[in-house]
Amino acid sequence: MDLAEAPARAPRTAAAYKSSYKPIWCPGCGDFSVLSAITKALAKLDLTPENVAVVSGIGCSSRIPAYTSCYGFHGVHGRALAAATGLKVARPDLTVLVTGGDGDGYSIGGNHFLHACRRNVDLTYVVMDNHVYGMTKGQPSPTTEPDWDSKLSPGGTGVRAFHPLVIALASGANFVARAFSGDPNGTAEVIAQAIVHPGFSFVEVLSPCVTFRPEQRDWKDAVHPAPVEATDDPARAARRIMTDDGFNLGVLYKGNRAPYKGYPAPARAGVADLEKEFEL
Amino acid sequence: MPNASPQKTHAAGGVSIALAGSGGSGVMTAGTLLLTAAAGAGYYGLMVRTSGPQIRGGEAAALLRIAPHPIDGLDDRFDALVALDWGNVQRFADEIPLAAHSVVVGEEAEGEAPEIYRASGARYVAVPFKKTAKSIAGSWANMVALGFAGALAGLPREALHEAAKGTLKKAETVAANLAAIDAGVAAAQGVGGVTPLPPPGPRSRARWLISGNEAAGFGAIRGGVRFVAAYPITPATEMLEWMAPALAKIGGALVQAEDELASVNMIVGASYGGVPSLTATAGPGLALMTEGIGLAVASETPIVVVDVMRGGPSTGIPAKSEQGDLAIATQGLHGDAPHLVLAPTSIADCVATTQWAVALAEKLQAPAIVLSDQFLGQSRAVVDRPDELALDAKRIVPEPNAPDYKRYRDTPSGVSPMAVPGNPGTVYTADGLEHSEGGIPSGNVRDHQLQLDKRARKIAQHDYGERWADVEGEGEAAVITFGSASIAAREAVARLAAQGVRVKLIVLRLIAPLRTAELARALDGVSRVLVVEQNHSAQFHRYLRSLADLPARQQSFHRPGPLPLRPGELAETIAAWRNA
Amino acid sequence: MTADAASSLDAFFAAAIAMEEEAAQRYEEFADAMDTHNNAEVASMFRRLAAVEARHADELMAQRGWTALPLMPRIEFEGCEGPETTPADAVHYLMTPWHALSLALANEERAVRFFEQLARSTTDETVRRAALEFKAEEEEHVVLVREWMGRVEKPPVDWAVDPDPPRYTD
Ligand SMILES: Cc1ncc(C[n+]2csc(CCOP(=O)(O)OP(=O)(O)O)c2C)c(N)n1
Ligand code: SF4
Repeated sequence: MDLAEAPARAPRTAAAYKSSYKPIWCPGCGDFSVLSAITKALAKLDLTPENVAVVSGIGCSSRIPAYTSCYGFHGVHGRALAAATGLKVARPDLTVLVTGGDGDGYSIGGNHFLHACRRNVDLTYVVMDNHVYGMTKGQPSPTTEPDWDSKLSPGGTGVRAFHPLVIALASGANFVARAFSGDPNGTAEVIAQAIVHPGFSFVEVLSPCVTFRPEQRDWKDAVHPAPVEATDDPARAARRIMTDDGFNLGVLYKGNRAPYKGYPAPARAGVADLEKEFEL
Repeated sequence: MPNASPQKTHAAGGVSIALAGSGGSGVMTAGTLLLTAAAGAGYYGLMVRTSGPQIRGGEAAALLRIAPHPIDGLDDRFDALVALDWGNVQRFADEIPLAAHSVVVGEEAEGEAPEIYRASGARYVAVPFKKTAKSIAGSWANMVALGFAGALAGLPREALHEAAKGTLKKAETVAANLAAIDAGVAAAQGVGGVTPLPPPGPRSRARWLISGNEAAGFGAIRGGVRFVAAYPITPATEMLEWMAPALAKIGGALVQAEDELASVNMIVGASYGGVPSLTATAGPGLALMTEGIGLAVASETPIVVVDVMRGGPSTGIPAKSEQGDLAIATQGLHGDAPHLVLAPTSIADCVATTQWAVALAEKLQAPAIVLSDQFLGQSRAVVDRPDELALDAKRIVPEPNAPDYKRYRDTPSGVSPMAVPGNPGTVYTADGLEHSEGGIPSGNVRDHQLQLDKRARKIAQHDYGERWADVEGEGEAAVITFGSASIAAREAVARLAAQGVRVKLIVLRLIAPLRTAELARALDGVSRVLVVEQNHSAQFHRYLRSLADLPARQQSFHRPGPLPLRPGELAETIAAWRNA
Repeated sequence: MTADAASSLDAFFAAAIAMEEEAAQRYEEFADAMDTHNNAEVASMFRRLAAVEARHADELMAQRGWTALPLMPRIEFEGCEGPETTPADAVHYLMTPWHALSLALANEERAVRFFEQLARSTTDETVRRAALEFKAEEEEHVVLVREWMGRVEKPPVDWAVDPDPPRYTD
C-alpha cells in the first residue's frame, strides 16, 4: 500500500484509538509521543480498533495497551513477543502490535526477540528504547552505554551496548526501522509502513526517559533522517546500520523474506477421523 | 521381597515377557509387534519401554504384559526374558525382576546369561536367533525372537503374521520374516515356564492401541484445543509430535517455541485470542512456566499445561517416571493463585482427564495442570475405546456491544464473560497486574480483595460432579492415591479382595481444588488411611494433610522412581498395615 | 517546513489549522499528565492554552467553511513538529504556571518566525498577505503571553527539587 495515497479524510482520527484511561508516565516521557504515533498510524491505516490487539510485557513503555481503544494484553516482563506470537498464529485475522522497552525486549526477553525475528510471524514490534530500566528506577539495560553511572552499576557496567537493529537484521526481521519519539509524525509513518509490511517488522524508537536519563533531551539535536532509501539487501543494510551514528532515522531495511507458514490451514478432517489411527 | 505365590499372581495377571537387546537388535520393534499381535488375537496388553542413556545404539528393553482383561500396569515378575544379546542388558535387572518359574532365553552365540539374571533361579534356555535368521535369507533375528516370545505367551501364529505384515513393506521381506517368525515359534515348543494365555473373551466394544501421550493429546483435541506451543522435553515430546500433524489436519496449529517461557506465554496469547490452547512439558519446563501460569490466573485466561512427570529435581532422570511434581503443581505459583490440577489414572484415562482439564479451564477461565508421567505417557496399551464425554467446555463470552461491559466483573459464580478480540464494543486490556473490574491496573485494597475472592470463588464453588475421584470398595481402611501410582494400588487392592481382605480405594483425579467435603464423605466410616505415591518426600500425603481432615491413624507409602510401584509390594504393604 | 503551505491559500489554511490542532493536542496531553501527577495548577494552565489553540483552529475552519481538513499536511518547523507545538520532553511534573507560559511564549515566537518565513518564501500573493496577517496575530499573542507571565509568580530556584526518591512501580 502506498502511504502517500492514503485517504485524505481518514474516517477515524488518531483520537479514536485512544482510551479514556490516562497514562501514568512522567510528564515529558518520550512514550507519550510513541502512543500518539501508534494511534496516528492506526488512523492512517483506518484499522477497526477491535480488530487490533496491542500486546506488551512490563515496564513504563509496556503500559501502552490500556491507553489504546484496541484489545490489549499486558502480560509479564519480557514475554510480550511470545504472547503476541501465540495470538497472531491462533488469530491471523487480527493486526497484532507488540510494544515495550529495551529491558523488556532485549534483556529478559532477548531470546524471544531473536526467535521472533527469525520466525517472521506477521507482527509489528515497537520498542521504546531509552537505554535504561525506567520502571525499576534507572538501572542499566542492554543498550546502556558502558560508562553510564548508576546505583546498581557504579562507574558503569563496562559492558558494550547491544545493537538491536543489527541483531534484528541478522536474526531475520523482515523490516527494520529507527524512529524518534520527538518526531511523532515520522514515527507514525514508519509504524504504519511496519504494520503493512508482511512478516516481522521491528521499529526501534528512541524514546527519552526524562526522569532517569534527562540528558536524552539532547537527542532531538542529534537525530537526522536517513540520507538514503530503505534497501532490501540485508548485507547493505547491515553495513549501513553498523556504521551509522545511531541517530539515523527511517526505514533502513525492507526485506522480502517469506513470512511464517505455520498459521492454521482449513480443516481437512474432523476429530473423529483422528481416532482411526488408534483403532485395532 | 519374597514372592508369596507366583503362580497365583501369574494366573490373575496374564503373561509378562521382556524383550531386551542392544541398539540395532530391533527389540522395540519386536515388542511393538508382539503387542499388536496380542491385540489382534483379542487380548489386552501393555508395553513399557526402557532404554539406556544413548541416543542410538544403546541397550533397550520392551516390557510387556498381556491378558484377556484390561491391563493398566506391570506385574511383579516377568515370566520370560528374551534377550537378543547381553550387551549391558544387566542394567535392566531391577526393571526386569524374574522368579524361580521364569525362563531366561538368550542368544546361543552369546554364552550364559549374566549372573544377575540367573540369581533368581530362573531357567536358562539358549536359542540360535542369529544363526536361524542367517539361514533364512532376508530375515531378521528380532523376528525369530518375536515368534519365540509369541509362542511362549500362547499367541496364535496367524496373529504374529498379521502384525508383521502390517509393518513390513516389501513382499520378499514379508515372506522371509514370516518364515523367521515360524522358526521362532518352532524353537519355543516345549520350552515351558510360561503358562500360555487362556482364550480371550468376546470383544464387546472397539479397542484402541494408544500411548498415554497420544491419549492426552487426543483428549485435548476432543476438548477443543486448537493451538499448542511447546519446547521439546522428554517424556512429553511424543505428545507434541502426535499433536502437530493432528492439529494441522483439523485446522489448528502447533508452534515450536524457543523455550518454555515462550511456550506458556504463547498459549496465554492464543487463548486470549479465543482459541483453546495447551502446552506439554516435564518438570524443568514446568518450573520455567510458573510465572506464565500465574499470568493466566491473574488475567483469567484458560490454558492447559500437561506435565509428563519424570525423575527430578533438575534434569534428574529424564526417561523414568516419578510423581515428584505434585508440590510445584499445587503450590508452586507465586501469590494467591487458585488453579486446577488434575491427574489421569491410567493410559486410557489420559483421554478423559485431559479433555476434562480443557473443559474446566475454558469454563472457569483458569489454568489447569495435568499431571501425567513418563510411565503413562510413554507406555502403550490396548484399551477399550474411551467414551465421548458430554462435557460443557463453553467459554462464556459477551454479546457484541454488551452494555457496560467489564471484563473482570464480580459475579456470583466468580466467572465473568471474556471478550474475544474482534468483538465490537467490549474492548479491554487483559492484565497480570491486579486490576479493577474494568481491567484497569489497581493496587486498591477493595479491588485486590474483590478479585482475589472472585478468582478463588470460581474455582472453589464449581460443581465438579463425580469425576473428582474413583471411590471403590468398602472397609474401615482406605488407600488414597493418585495418578499412575493408582494402577499398582488398584491391582493390589483387587488381589487382597480376592483373598477376602476388604480395603477401600480412593483415587483422586481432581487434585486441586481438593474436594474436601466429598473426600470427607468418601472417608465416612474409614478409621485409617494409607496414602500411596511415587516420590521421595510424600508430597501427596503432606498436601492432603494440609487441607483435609484425614483420620488420625494415617500412614504414608512413598517411594521415588525410577522403578515402578509393583502391585505385589503394595499388596504386602497394605496387608501388613491393615493387620498392624 | 512543508513547501505545500506556501502553494495555495487552501494549503496555507490547512497548515495553519493543523498546527493549531497539533498544539492544542499537546497542551491537552500535558494537562492530563499534570493531573495524573497532582499538579493541578499547571494542568489547568495547559488546559486553558489548549482551549485557546483549539478555538483558534475552529475559527479558521469556520472562516473557510470547512468541516474537515481537505488535506492532512505535515508541518515541521525548527524541529520535527509544527511551529506551535511544545516539544514533548519540555515538561516536568513539578513545573509551575510560569514554566508553562514560557513554553507557550516560545511556541508563539516560533509561530511568528514561521509565518514570517512563509510570507517571504511564497510566490502566491494571497498566501503572502494571509501569512503576514497571521504573523501579526502571533505577535499579539507573544505580547499577551508576556503580560500573562508578568502576572504569575516566578518559580523559586529549587522548583525541581524533590526530596523523595522515585517510586518503584514494576
Ligand atoms: C520477572 C521479572 N523480573 C523483574 C521485574 C521488574 N521489572 C519491571 S519493569 C523492568 C525493566 C523495565 O525496563 P524497560 O523494559 O527498558 O522499560 P521502561 O520502563 O524503560 O520503559 C523490570 C526489571 C519484573 N516485573 N518481572
Ligand atoms: S521513568 Fe522514564 S521511562 Fe518511565 S515514565 Fe518516567 S520518563 Fe518514562
